[in-house]
Amino acid sequence: MRQSGPIKPVSRAAFPAGLVLILIPCGSAWAAPLNYLLGHGDKAYPVVALTWGVLLISIAVIAIISLLVAGAIWRRPGIGVQAPGTRVELSDREGGAIWIWVGVGISSVVLLASVVWTMRVLADVTSPSTPAALTIEVTGRQWWWQVRYLSNDPARIFTTANEIHIPTGVPVAFRLIGGDVIHSFWVPALSGKTDTIPGQINETWMEAAKPGTYRGQCTEYCGIEHAHMGLVVVAQAPAQFRAWYDHQLQSPAPVAGAQAQGQADFNMHCGSCHAVRGTEAAGVLGPDLSHLMSRKTIAAATLANTPDNLTRWISDPQGVKPGALMQRPELSAPELAGIRTYLETLN
Amino acid sequence: MSSSAISTKLPVGAIDTRATGWWAMIFVVFTEGSLFAYLLFSYYYLAVQPHLPGTFPQGGTPSLTLALPDTIILLLSSVAVAWAQFHIERNDKRYLVWGLGIAAILGMIFVVIQYFEWSGKPFTLASSPYSSLYFTVTGFHMAHVVVGVCMLWALFAWSAMGYFNRIRYAHIHIGALYWHFVDAVWLFVFFTFYITPLLGLK
Amino acid sequence: MSIAEYERAPVVAPADQQGLAARLLRIWKTEPGIGGWIATTDHKEIGLRYIVTAFAFLIAGGVEALIFRLQLAGPNLHLLTPEQYDQLFTTHGMTMIFLYAGPILSGFSNYLWPLILGARDMALPRLNALSYWIYLCAGIFLYAAFACGFGPNDGWFNYVPYAARAYNGGPNIDFYALGIILLGMSTTVGSINFVVTFLRLRAPGMSLNRIPILAWGTVTASAANIFAIPAVSLAFFLLWMDRNAGTHFFDVPAGGQPLLWQHLFWMFGHPWVYAIVLPAMGMVSDGLPVFCRRPLVGYTAVALGTVATMVLGFGVWVHHMFATGLPNVSLSFFSAASIIIAVPSAVAVFAWIATIWTGRPVFTTAFLFFASFIVLFTIGGVSGFMTGSLPVDWQLTDTYFVVAHIHYVLIGINVFPVAGAIYFWFPKFTGRLLDERLGRWNFWTMFVGFNLGFFPMHISGLLGMPRRVYTYADGMGWDWLNLITTFGSFVFAVGVLLLIINVVSSLRRGAIAGPNPWDAPTLEWSVSSPPPPYNFAVIPTVGSRHPLWEGRVPPQEGDSKSHVEGGMALDHGRETVGTTPLDAEPRIILKMPTDSYAPVLLSLALTAFFAGLGLHIWWLAIVGIVGAGLDILGWLWPEASLGETAEPANV
Repeated sequence: MRQSGPIKPVSRAAFPAGLVLILIPCGSAWAAPLNYLLGHGDKAYPVVALTWGVLLISIAVIAIISLLVAGAIWRRPGIGVQAPGTRVELSDREGGAIWIWVGVGISSVVLLASVVWTMRVLADVTSPSTPAALTIEVTGRQWWWQVRYLSNDPARIFTTANEIHIPTGVPVAFRLIGGDVIHSFWVPALSGKTDTIPGQINETWMEAAKPGTYRGQCTEYCGIEHAHMGLVVVAQAPAQFRAWYDHQLQSPAPVAGAQAQGQADFNMHCGSCHAVRGTEAAGVLGPDLSHLMSRKTIAAATLANTPDNLTRWISDPQGVKPGALMQRPELSAPELAGIRTYLETLN
Repeated sequence: MSSSAISTKLPVGAIDTRATGWWAMIFVVFTEGSLFAYLLFSYYYLAVQPHLPGTFPQGGTPSLTLALPDTIILLLSSVAVAWAQFHIERNDKRYLVWGLGIAAILGMIFVVIQYFEWSGKPFTLASSPYSSLYFTVTGFHMAHVVVGVCMLWALFAWSAMGYFNRIRYAHIHIGALYWHFVDAVWLFVFFTFYITPLLGLK
Repeated sequence: MSIAEYERAPVVAPADQQGLAARLLRIWKTEPGIGGWIATTDHKEIGLRYIVTAFAFLIAGGVEALIFRLQLAGPNLHLLTPEQYDQLFTTHGMTMIFLYAGPILSGFSNYLWPLILGARDMALPRLNALSYWIYLCAGIFLYAAFACGFGPNDGWFNYVPYAARAYNGGPNIDFYALGIILLGMSTTVGSINFVVTFLRLRAPGMSLNRIPILAWGTVTASAANIFAIPAVSLAFFLLWMDRNAGTHFFDVPAGGQPLLWQHLFWMFGHPWVYAIVLPAMGMVSDGLPVFCRRPLVGYTAVALGTVATMVLGFGVWVHHMFATGLPNVSLSFFSAASIIIAVPSAVAVFAWIATIWTGRPVFTTAFLFFASFIVLFTIGGVSGFMTGSLPVDWQLTDTYFVVAHIHYVLIGINVFPVAGAIYFWFPKFTGRLLDERLGRWNFWTMFVGFNLGFFPMHISGLLGMPRRVYTYADGMGWDWLNLITTFGSFVFAVGVLLLIINVVSSLRRGAIAGPNPWDAPTLEWSVSSPPPPYNFAVIPTVGSRHPLWEGRVPPQEGDSKSHVEGGMALDHGRETVGTTPLDAEPRIILKMPTDSYAPVLLSLALTAFFAGLGLHIWWLAIVGIVGAGLDILGWLWPEASLGETAEPANV
């Protein structure tokens, strides 16, 4: 009767090796912009706690079951592989049903407690404790986010794209609209995700506790450039937020000289899809560019908003986001440079 | 141990509800019934969504002028099949054949009347969600009726050729189960499309 | 005609009676040659075909994954275009979930059921052949589209509106839809066959509480499929209509509803994921105890837990839709149900642990796969538990955390038991043992590779990595995790390769197994390896859950002695005995059909019908459907040899 052979020492090494392999990347990954294990705001905190709670319960269950399985296997000397047909003695132990009752009993208590905790967190995060100070309408489109700030005063309604600013310390409500296919609006640090579905209006809310920049991402497969449909939420102290808001309401300053040619080219080649407030360009198929240079990113958070990236994006959109609905304009390099110069005035 | 017969005799072959085919048909009924359950779920799902008055049902509550007689014809065809089965259980092959033939003809009349009802509708398949549902659901049912009619004619022919007697008629039993199922499903479809608007679901 | 002319008292004979085996062989054997190969209705041949075909799809789906794992090994790579990536990840999902996971278990069940239940064949042998041929045709249909560059590209779950013609103009989605509808017919007829067999064809004495858990798992899955498959077939049909006939089921501008697709799809989809694991869990419940040298602990609890899991599985589908904005009141019901459904699974986990704990483990490769499966099951189960909590799921859903979960449950609860089942039952199928030393290498490579590949996905998911992305930016914190995952997946693939190598080389050079190499307790180990075409020379009678261990384990209350050495001979043609559903008392002698071309011809006709619809070649569709009708007419034509007509002779 052979012993268990190479199993014991290999599995003894496996656990610590596995742990090291997991912890190294974990440690380096904590700065992940889309992680939600650290939340920032009243909607996030209860969910972060619950997430950690169920995560730790899960890890504990895995550890306990693994130990039980390992214990069951190695508590007595095992039998090696026998010649085919050998009559091998059966175990003399009977019973064992107690395992099921105790195991299921404990599991049921833990599961029930989890249900109760889940429902309590749900009650906390369904709606904010104070009414929302601001409502923003977000429309998911292939592959960018149309953002419209709503207000009771029609003069204070404006449209922007891909970058959302919110004031800290107050709940902000969102109305989510499906523009074409189903997308999902997600800013992990601040809130769970909610889909934008054509034909219905979904609602969500979030609240930022302190100023900061928070990454978002579309999280419902929506076609070829789903991977490049991010967004940015910038939380600002109320005074800075008001200043930003007022600036967004203004039309960009008129241009002259070299930039006027750029503007003319822009209106002709880009104005059918893009809008710039107070100018001829009034297209609604693509993002509003009125204050493009006030944004940290372009192409739905695919590229940082730098001059080189901007040139790259407008001269070769298919190279940056193959399949994007923006086509390469039929323009020479100097003409494109002129458009870029004009865009750089859109602060 | 030497050969010996066991004391109990067992029937051999496909005998009424002990026939394997009958058990299989029960589950065919379950799966096809589920299909209609999901079709009707789709109707109710779309019916409760917000819509403009008069769009669901499109063209107002569907008229019962053709549908109600058609329903009765289908019910009568089930009666004919049951009557046919009643007779083969008493080894009367003549009325078996008659019953199946009448049922098949009534089934065909059902199809023809429904075709006329379809042509008289003020909408087509592609007009609206309601019209899409109407033609798809009644169309699925119609397809099941057509299959059933072909089956009834086959049973008619086999009966006429003398294949069955009062002990061996599993095919009749199985076919009758399918036909009664088609009939029962129609009652649910009929209720959903023609009665629920009268009860306020519109 | 009196009823007496249609009855017979079956002769009881010893299994080794002279001439009986030869007579039965003549009656049951498949004709040699290509005709016999095509027309066979032998469940063992059909089962092996299912297993081989499913493995071919496993390899295809695996290669697809390896390719896109290379694309994802680092940030901003350009090995694949987004279009290629989208077709690859969709086809990978479609292949694994539809063309591998269900059929592999159908294959094992097909082969094993008559043997473990004590019958000569499945209840409906020609329908059995039909289910295989349709599966093969549907798989080829779907892959033909992929090979021509028209593979589906909207994920295996195919949400509208992206799947609608307005956004997906090519024929990709049409072929996917029609292929899945065709495949659904295979699964449905196969499921009907299993349920009828379970109710009617068990050996005399095999009451409900003596049935191997594999049969419980498969019958539960089959019963569920009967009710669930029409939902997905309907969803795809309605989509095909929207795309080709101008209907408006899902078309939002006209008042259609995208969520209708999701409801119909997941009303099928959730039961389906239980259907593709419960039979595998049953294989573990039957195989693990053999290598613990004792019967399964808590048989009744495990059997009931299997059924309970499936029933509850019909009530949780909305947990795939938690982010869709449905009212929280209804979502919370589904969240609670999705957490509570873990309870019957816990029953099985503790039953398995208790069986090992109170048993004497035998360290065969099969045991390694079965025992490690318990840990993988637990990991998959707890990640599911986490996603069941609604507010947590609002963060986890559509991230790689869910990808980790689905692979732990699919690979952990389907592939690992299948691998164990191969080591366990390969000797029965082929008469030879797999190599145990290579088996160890196989197991460890698969185990280490799998965990290395998929465990990091939990972490990248918690760090926000979304699903279904063809690339990702650097600086997101996912680079190392993806590299490890890619590496691990290749190690896992090597493990699968070792399994295949072991199988291929052992077919010729494996040690001879004999009828019962593992000294196992159930009926299949009482016949030769491989079994003769007729399975049992005489129908066994069953008195306990472990007929071959009687006298060596303490008997349960109500047990009696099983008999495999003698029983009903039933050699007047192809016959087996039909028994009552609860207590398996003999009721009827069932005449079984001989081999037939009708199943393969019907499959071809149905495929022609769907090909005609897909290619818009309407005459082909008409030929297909008419051909199908004629085939069915011929198939169902009353036959005297099957006891369907008024012929009194006891054939």
